[in-house]
Amino acid sequence: MEKKNIIELKDVSVSFDGETILDHLNLSIQDGTFVTFLGRSGCGKTTTLRIIAGFLQPDEGDVFFDSKRINEVPPHKRSVNTIFQRYALFPHLNVYENVAFGLRVKKAPKEEIAAKVSETLKLVNLEGYEKRKVTNLSGGQQQRVAIARALVNRPSVLLLDEPLSALDAKLRKDMQVELRRIQRETGITFIFVTHDQEEALSMSDTIVVMNDGKIQQIGTPVDIYNEPKNAFVADFIGESNIIDGIMNKDDTVTFAGHTFVCVDEGFAHDEPVDVVIRPEDVDVVPAGEGMITGLITQATFKGDYYELIVEVKGFKWMVQTTDAYAEGQTIGIVLDPDSIHVMHKSEYSGLYGDYSSFSDEEETAPEAGE
Amino acid sequence: MKKNTTVPVGTRRKKLPTPGASILNAPYLLWAALFIIIPLFIVVYYAFTDANGNFTTENMSGLADYTSVMLRSLWYSLAATAICLLIAYPFAYVVCKFRPTSQKVANMFVTIPLWINLLIRTYCLTTLMDNNGLINQALAFLGMGRLPLMNNTGAVIFGMVYNYLPYMILPIYNVMSRIDPSLLEAGEDLGCNALQRVRRIVMPLSLPGVISGIIMVFVPSVSTFYISAKMGGTGDYMIGDLIENQIHAQNNNLPTAAALSLVLMVVILVSMFILNRFTDDEEGGSMLV
Repeated sequence: MEKKNIIELKDVSVSFDGETILDHLNLSIQDGTFVTFLGRSGCGKTTTLRIIAGFLQPDEGDVFFDSKRINEVPPHKRSVNTIFQRYALFPHLNVYENVAFGLRVKKAPKEEIAAKVSETLKLVNLEGYEKRKVTNLSGGQQQRVAIARALVNRPSVLLLDEPLSALDAKLRKDMQVELRRIQRETGITFIFVTHDQEEALSMSDTIVVMNDGKIQQIGTPVDIYNEPKNAFVADFIGESNIIDGIMNKDDTVTFAGHTFVCVDEGFAHDEPVDVVIRPEDVDVVPAGEGMITGLITQATFKGDYYELIVEVKGFKWMVQTTDAYAEGQTIGIVLDPDSIHVMHKSEYSGLYGDYSSFSDEEETAPEAGE
Repeated sequence: MKKNTTVPVGTRRKKLPTPGASILNAPYLLWAALFIIIPLFIVVYYAFTDANGNFTTENMSGLADYTSVMLRSLWYSLAATAICLLIAYPFAYVVCKFRPTSQKVANMFVTIPLWINLLIRTYCLTTLMDNNGLINQALAFLGMGRLPLMNNTGAVIFGMVYNYLPYMILPIYNVMSRIDPSLLEAGEDLGCNALQRVRRIVMPLSLPGVISGIIMVFVPSVSTFYISAKMGGTGDYMIGDLIENQIHAQNNNLPTAAALSLVLMVVILVSMFILNRFTDDEEGGSMLV
């Protein structure tokens, strides 16, 4: 079923103090979908959101809402509502009045306000909290009030600016499920900004991966994970070994001193390429039985699997396997054609995908908010 | 309804005194006893004693003669407070939109007059506004008629506004500048135009500052004495002038002065009580009581 585009950005550029924040961005967002802008802080995702909300006007390019150009339309006249990173609830109003705010501004009749507010509070599981002061609520409850305050206006598009970043891990997971449910129930287009790839993968219909003010890839979570377009996306979404290779011809690629059968086509003859191997797609076999051999330099028990760092021809691979292996063992590696993904070289080639300086702390280091 | 558990400094929330806290409080308590509580009792004592030291209510009942002076004081100070609010509120709002450095400069200009003593400021004002003052000289020089700028009600109220305006601006600015800008964005996002944002978000959130400002202007205005004596006409006598007069110029009439002071104190306390009804006891709106 083809849906109409509710938001379109055409050739949008923004710079602050001579620094380019968004670089000729083109983007279409389908009505009724859950879209996530994913990227590190400073990649331009929040700026894009603020342009859609109307808090920021692009230096160049056009913004379309339902095919109408809205560059000059101020935020209060857009059928778009935002959930702010730190909620921005009105401290002088109680829960009910916070949620009723937008309807009061629009001078809706009293009965209508009462009905809509209670319906929306029910949707976010906050019945009975009407009279509570918002300053006395927990982070998760404040989050729900913020969602209700935006949703009660029935916007065409709901913008969510890293709304879960202030919550603890358990609450985050619950709210992810909750937001997804609310999006399905209301059918409102959600545009969600996050730097958390796991969050993006589990919630979205479409992920827009951004870096350096440019869109790196747009696709479904499965596409983004399985068919990353370049080394940046491959590295940013999940764990990836990114290895230099030569695409001999269609379905044949050479890397790590071995020629593999793959399922990638459409490259030039003997084109230098980046090859992505996901750690969980590597089959570990006894030494001598594999296509290539490697030496385990680090083995970490992770509970449901072992994480190995394997040296293959001077390059360190990450391998995940359910069998027990120890440091110093030599192993064989088998790769199915399906587990090999070939990408064109890009500006990010060589920057990512090598595990020679890998440590767990690096991976889990918290990222500062934008 | 449950109250906030985190109480900002300076609210009326009562806490159980701990031994450490009472030691830290001791200097102030001593100060308060010596210079606030005991003098207060002395004022009450004088207000209800005659020249021979006997109890009397005559001082109080005699104040009926001064009703018009009291009402005038009330009326002048209310007018001055209202004008200060009308000037200060938009000013503070605009300053909050400035860049941080410009905000500092604007604040400095507001506070500069406070570096100069009130008596001198008022005296300077009279030399400007006198019938032969600089303004009238300039007007005469330009061939326009002289204006009766001094020795009337307008001059007294102007003098009070001039002297007390910073006390209105600063608390309002302080509260207003701490309003989270994302709240205004949220308001805009929820459909408010600029005017609605002020009415629905800025005004309620800056109310504590407005209340503080009103108190800080109204209290010195209602008890002012120098400004009205210097800038007003013969009919602009205010309660502060009256008290000053009873103390020294005339016959050292302390009992009447004490009775007047007591009434003034009650007026101030009542007005502060009323004002504090308008704010929750959070956010520091009641910091002066």
